[in-house]
Amino acid sequence: MDWQLVLAILPQVVIDGLVLGFMYALIALGYTMVYGVLELINFAHSEIFMVGGFVGVEILLSLQSHGWLGRINPFVALILIVLAGMVVAGLLAVAVERIAYRPLRSAPRLIPLISAIGVSFFLQDAVRLTESLWRNAFYLTYPSFAVLNRRIELGQSIDFSVKSIVVIAASLAMLVALQFLVKRTRLGRAIRAVAEDQPTASLMGVNVNRIIALTFLIGGAMGGAAGVLFGVQYNTINPFTGFIPGIKAFTAAVLGGIGNIPGAMVGGLVLGLLEAFAASYLSLFTGGAFGAEYKDIFAFSILILILIFRPRGLLGEVVRERA
Amino acid sequence: MSGREPVTGRAAITHAAVLVLIAASATLVYALPRSILAFMSFQASLVVVYYARLPARAKLGYGALILGLVMPFLGSHNAYYMEVAIQVGIFVALALGLNIVVGLAGLLDLGYVAFYAVGAYTWAVFGSPQALKLFPTATGLFPLDGWWFFPFLALGLAVAAAAGVLLGLPVLRLRGDYLAIVTLGFGEVIRVLANNLDKPWNVTNGPKGITPIQRPPLFFEPALRVLGFEVSPFALYPLYFYFLVLAVVAVVIVANRRLERSHIGRAWEAIREDELAAQAMGVPLVRMKLLAFATGASFAGIMGVIFSAKQLFINPESFTFLESIGVLAMVILGGMGSIPGAIIGASVVTILNLQVLKGLSLWLNELRNAGITILGYNLANLPSQFEPAKYERMVFGIILILMMIYRPAGIIPARRRRIETAAPPEGAAR
Repeated sequence: MDWQLVLAILPQVVIDGLVLGFMYALIALGYTMVYGVLELINFAHSEIFMVGGFVGVEILLSLQSHGWLGRINPFVALILIVLAGMVVAGLLAVAVERIAYRPLRSAPRLIPLISAIGVSFFLQDAVRLTESLWRNAFYLTYPSFAVLNRRIELGQSIDFSVKSIVVIAASLAMLVALQFLVKRTRLGRAIRAVAEDQPTASLMGVNVNRIIALTFLIGGAMGGAAGVLFGVQYNTINPFTGFIPGIKAFTAAVLGGIGNIPGAMVGGLVLGLLEAFAASYLSLFTGGAFGAEYKDIFAFSILILILIFRPRGLLGEVVRERA
Repeated sequence: MSGREPVTGRAAITHAAVLVLIAASATLVYALPRSILAFMSFQASLVVVYYARLPARAKLGYGALILGLVMPFLGSHNAYYMEVAIQVGIFVALALGLNIVVGLAGLLDLGYVAFYAVGAYTWAVFGSPQALKLFPTATGLFPLDGWWFFPFLALGLAVAAAAGVLLGLPVLRLRGDYLAIVTLGFGEVIRVLANNLDKPWNVTNGPKGITPIQRPPLFFEPALRVLGFEVSPFALYPLYFYFLVLAVVAVVIVANRRLERSHIGRAWEAIREDELAAQAMGVPLVRMKLLAFATGASFAGIMGVIFSAKQLFINPESFTFLESIGVLAMVILGGMGSIPGAIIGASVVTILNLQVLKGLSLWLNELRNAGITILGYNLANLPSQFEPAKYERMVFGIILILMMIYRPAGIIPARRRRIETAAPPEGAAR
């Protein structure tokens, strides 16, 4: 074992893990908030994320085709596409709730879950169809910004790109804003009340339907932002991009304790770091027998282990069995 | 049906009508080999037989006539229909297996094709030169002789069932929606393994897949020759696989019916309706759930073995999440927990995929090429990306959403559910 090598790449691995982890945390929020109010695994959330990514790339590409991309400040462009991705993804999530989940609210648990899977598949192909008709391609590449790709060197073997700092900072800002919204505002109190007990919240004058829609709006917006940041960070996006990050983010939500907002953030970070470690060190520690391809298996194994030994997650409360 | 005495005149008319329908639709298929509608009318004749006011034995007879005689006859004239029929049969067996897990026991399994993959790889590895890469010293033993296919049917079943138990043991204590995600993860794990287990030991040959896979021997060929039929193996294999699949489907249907009516089936349905109540009534939850998982998995395993032998080649692409959801869509379309529902669901979805969507694509292509103008829009400008055959995800998605909202019990609701929906008990809303 080459411990020197292990140590040398460690900072790089941590940075990769943080970028990934914040991305998972942003997506996981959508899962955890919806689960909090509806006890539904919103399977379509991974596609909300993907749509956010497409909104970002579409705006950048159309700016590029008009020749405006070089003229605006990259950070302004970045803020613009993140906001646009948030709006579109948030509204889409609300529409999905209205069409596919609200009619099923009193049905047995598995019914809305199956409907959610349907939405997820539908959205994948809907985006694929639109993009094929519109651009004649559905694997799209983000135009790159020189400033964002610049690398900052710290010492000999450690360097990281500006965009990973941007991704981390943006995610952190959104997570803090969300925590403030949920803990400190009237709206946040209403969301927590609905999550706690719908009938009672409704008796106290909370408009439950509106709060549920709002939850989807916020969760969807976070997912959309994550989609744009994902595109900026990893450059490419396609209609099936959402699936794996979606499952990972769900794992993160469960890891942190589903329904628990700080839990989703912690879970996302832990999972991101673990995955980065697995991707970099798995082949090193097994002498090349198992490479980075196994990082997905690694994540799923964590999910299964957590569910078996600590189904409440790291920060979770006891979840009641709905009898 | 049992309430009224059969009137002989009426029964005769029904018999005649059914026979005429079968003959007419078969003739149509024979005369119009490219017409999808003709083939669909032929399939509809099976449904008509199922719903006709006839004694069960007569229905069975007509079913056997259609599937055992007319279909092979049509199929040997048009290989494409034979292929469609085999595919439908495979998916019927898969849907029936998943129906036990999802429909009867109420456990949402999103990684069902993993068991299909396990069965397929079981035969593919040992029935092909692939095994030599694993055991380089065993030259002469591998690839196994075609005769081994039959023991491997049982082995594939057993391995898949064991995989079901292995997955089930840790996760079946989880609540329903968690179980769904874990099974999904398991499905992905199996696919990733299939994709990457070409090192350190080359088990699956990775994304390149395994080929050529042995086919079962044509042991009846000499007998056919004696009877005066000279058929090339090339033409014989589709028929062979057709009957093999048909036989397995028949066994699966019988097993399904027997299970559904046994105390096991009732225990499954009790678990589906209310786990806590079932447990209070003395249903051993974990053991029953494991049994459901293993039974469902075993059907997939046996079909996997047949699939790999039929295709001669398998790779991980055949066992994606899309396939799992496809099978789920079949079960849900037909009606969760309903055996005829699963059969109809599997047939409709497979035919939709293989024929209707492809047909639409071809038709649109022809329109494009013809360049007709409709309402001032020249169809030649129709984008070539607009190909319905490529959008099966969208079709599955729409099926799932619409069925859940408008008809959660499916096209043919399970009998018990039908009774329940006819007279809703008080306080039924949950």
